[in-house]
Amino acid sequence: MAKKGDVVIQTERCKGCEICLSACPQNVLAMSDKVNSKGYRYAVKVNSACTGCTNCAVVCPDGVITVYREK
Amino acid sequence: MAENLIKPENLVYDKTKVLTDRVLHYCPGCGHSTTHRMLAEAIDELGIQGETIGIAPVGCSVLAYYYFDVDMTEAAHGRAPAVATGIKRVLPDKYVFTYQGDGDLAAIGTAETIHACNRGENFLIVFINNGIYGMTGGQMAPTTLENMKSTTSPRGRDVKTMGSPLKISELVASLPGTYYVARHSVHTPANARKTKRAFKKALEYQKEKKGTCLIEVVSNCPSNWKMTPIESNKWMEENMFPFYSLGDIKAPK
Repeated sequence: MAKKGDVVIQTERCKGCEICLSACPQNVLAMSDKVNSKGYRYAVKVNSACTGCTNCAVVCPDGVITVYREK
Repeated sequence: MAENLIKPENLVYDKTKVLTDRVLHYCPGCGHSTTHRMLAEAIDELGIQGETIGIAPVGCSVLAYYYFDVDMTEAAHGRAPAVATGIKRVLPDKYVFTYQGDGDLAAIGTAETIHACNRGENFLIVFINNGIYGMTGGQMAPTTLENMKSTTSPRGRDVKTMGSPLKISELVASLPGTYYVARHSVHTPANARKTKRAFKKALEYQKEKKGTCLIEVVSNCPSNWKMTPIESNKWMEENMFPFYSLGDIKAPK
């Protein structure tokens, strides 16, 4: 079974480019309905299927995603 | 949901300490931002943060010195390879890189680029190619594709009057001074990781004093291409990659 992971998104730094969404093989991420203080919709976690593969974080232009994975 | 995984011992990916905490000024989805981080991670993984000197260009990445937590200087437009030559010759044991866009490197700084590569100056040139002058509003660059629209080629680039797009990497790969020339992209996780590996290789070759290394990163410009970041990456795959093919152009045997 795949390991479990989790992501933490710094929503204030997110610019809403959506590149992380298509990079996630588990479809964990989606865009928020709310906006941050700069007016960008930001990425949010919508399910618990994350495996901690780090794809979203590697491809995030602004480096807003931190990834954790069970050991 | 089971236990909370957000604990320091489970951390597998965080923004590298070689980048400062300053918010990047680049547009949403810009390849500059990812390229900055891949280069910073390469520097971090080699443990050479204190030994690295970067030269920022003029263009969108003019403020690169705010983001890299290494010694940085700023060059006049296109002159980064000349400045890097001076720094590297005075401090030959430091790792020196220039970070330049296509307007800076392939237009205004063509002479400096080609002569630095021809002399085999021992530093890394990072070349971001999005086929356009981004910072000044999307004018045609030497790298603009045939029939690609820009503000100064509104009907598309006509190669009869405007010349053909310039493949800088192939051009400098033909010079004896260059040691490693490769073209990559950062629009998918796999491509971004390959780019980081290329940066690491180039920095290692620099330690061995092998000659000039040039890594071209084919990138997008969502704002000036007038697309969303996702559309711009797709457009890049369909239009840029057939002309600017990815992979090693000159690699040591």
